[in-house]
Amino acid sequence: MNWSNIFTVYAKELRDMLRDRRTLISMIVIPTLVMPGLLAVVTFITVQVAKDAAAAIPTIMILGGEDSPKVNAALRSGTKVKFVPPAADWKKQIADKQLRAVVDISSGFDRALERGEPASVRIYNYSGELRSGFAVNEVRRFFSDYGEKQVVARLAERGLPPSTLKPFDLATENVAPPEKVGGNIIGGFIPYFFLLLCFTGAMYPAMDLTAGEKERGTMETILCSPVARLDLVLGKFLTILTASLGTVACSLVSMGLTFAVGGPLLASRIAGAGTVAARRGAEQITAMTTLDPLGLVAVLGMVLPMAVLFAAVLFVISLFAKSFKEAQSYVSPLIIVIILPAIIGALPGVDLNARLALVPVLNVSLVSKQLVSGIWQWDYLALIFGSTCVYAAAALALAVRMFNREDVIFRT
Amino acid sequence: MIEVRHLTKTFRDRKRGPIHAVEDVSFAVAPGQIYGLLGANGAGKTTTLRLLATLLQPTSGTATVAGYDVVTAGEQVRARVGFLAASTALYSRLTARETLQYFGRLNGLADSEIAARTQRLADELDMHDFLDRRCEKFSTGMKQKTSIARTLIHDPDVMIFDEPTLGLDIMAARTIVRFVRECRDRGKTVVYSTHIMSEVEKLCDVVGIIHDGRLLAAGTLPELRERYHEREMEEIFVRCVGAEPPRLRPA
Repeated sequence: MNWSNIFTVYAKELRDMLRDRRTLISMIVIPTLVMPGLLAVVTFITVQVAKDAAAAIPTIMILGGEDSPKVNAALRSGTKVKFVPPAADWKKQIADKQLRAVVDISSGFDRALERGEPASVRIYNYSGELRSGFAVNEVRRFFSDYGEKQVVARLAERGLPPSTLKPFDLATENVAPPEKVGGNIIGGFIPYFFLLLCFTGAMYPAMDLTAGEKERGTMETILCSPVARLDLVLGKFLTILTASLGTVACSLVSMGLTFAVGGPLLASRIAGAGTVAARRGAEQITAMTTLDPLGLVAVLGMVLPMAVLFAAVLFVISLFAKSFKEAQSYVSPLIIVIILPAIIGALPGVDLNARLALVPVLNVSLVSKQLVSGIWQWDYLALIFGSTCVYAAAALALAVRMFNREDVIFRT
Repeated sequence: MIEVRHLTKTFRDRKRGPIHAVEDVSFAVAPGQIYGLLGANGAGKTTTLRLLATLLQPTSGTATVAGYDVVTAGEQVRARVGFLAASTALYSRLTARETLQYFGRLNGLADSEIAARTQRLADELDMHDFLDRRCEKFSTGMKQKTSIARTLIHDPDVMIFDEPTLGLDIMAARTIVRFVRECRDRGKTVVYSTHIMSEVEKLCDVVGIIHDGRLLAAGTLPELRERYHEREMEEIFVRCVGAEPPRLRPA
């Protein structure tokens, strides 16, 4: 191994690569634009949902209840819906989606409640229709509260406290730090994103430096120079690795800027819209942008051997191909192989265990989910880092071996 | 100096079984001599030359190039060989100067030495106009000159040419032929493969006729003429490989 030759090959390949527009697009432009783009899409959708929610106040009709002014007034003031006067064709109106629901109050409702006699409310809806569902929920919430108030009043009449029917209070409250909640919501997504970029960043240079060289006839030119094939492989491999990590670095910088500047700005703008959905959207964006920074650094540490593995595997596969086009047809389906474990890792409920820690890609995806949530399981971290390093070394050794095979280099 | 002894190369093909690309080939080339390897397409010329340039490893037999064994001292052999083939292309995104610098460094030359040699080669080959332009925009002639300069940057003792005029127009081909002669005149050992008979007649001191991986005949042009009772190289070649029945002689 001659480091001076390796560096010469590396420097030349790097210069060659950076002069290629296609590499620049896949390495710098796409990863830089994709994160701000993604945040913009999330923001757009959230704003749209908030707008739609505000615009979609359901229309409801009340049937009966003319002799019960109390419940009628309470219903009109206690719900965020629009009431229309009764009409005979209400069923048709529901079917036509002009009406979201119809509330049928039994006659003598107020009086029946005062006397403690049975009374009834019927809600007619369009089952399975989303907005009809919203309207029904709103009306049900009102009547449930109204009924509860009646119960409390009746208990008071009999001199009993409200706790007679509700012996204890039940509530749920989040106490996890925001970055951990963020980690769970988005934790599976960030490393998946890194893995994908790591792979796509290495893809193009790997094909260009192997099959591309064969196709252009420069492979034979370089092989007849005195440089050892091992040095040639390492120089080329380091170039591919640089492209892969460069892609991740570009996306990381872009993501940092997007989250630091764009996130809070957009969150505040969305929150300014005032609706419930908007507030939730703002919370999501804030959660997304509050990840444990140390965990993020650790994720990058885990992605490093993964990049080595990707670069070496892509090198081997592309080297086998005779032309760039052939290499593309071998490499493109591999994206599925990368995406699938990453998606499985991002699914809620799939958790790390010793066996999964040995599955490449999936292991890094799973452990990254933990790391961005601030969970550090050192034994798994060591196992995953170690196993990925072993796989990467094996793939690199295979690359060197393949490069020394005449039937691969001179495959026609 | 090149010495080839019983060189054999067998490729294994899954469908066709073993293919004997080169079989028991032996010859020697002295410094200041051009050895022409004449053969049809698929005769084994390229494989023989790739074996000499250590791009391939022989199945059996061996060869020494500039005193180094192609099997055991590949790097030393390559450091003393300039290899030019129709299939050795240039890096399109590098300039001519960067190309020379790259190959100079890989040959272990210091940057100052590379600069001096680049200057000299650019003078000799009239390359100054395009020395700092990228190869992708070059005409065929410019590419030829840059490739020649690339093979000479480390001033090798041995030059190997594998059908270097393939696909070139007459002017570009003449540049190559002139360059090959200059190499001989400078005392380099030259091997030149071709299937063009006229090139052999013009250039080669010794001719080896290769067919189906075997070296069927070798000698100077006058020797071959005498042996096959023919004047034209083409007729000598056809007689040698036995592709046509011998002409009927008058009784």
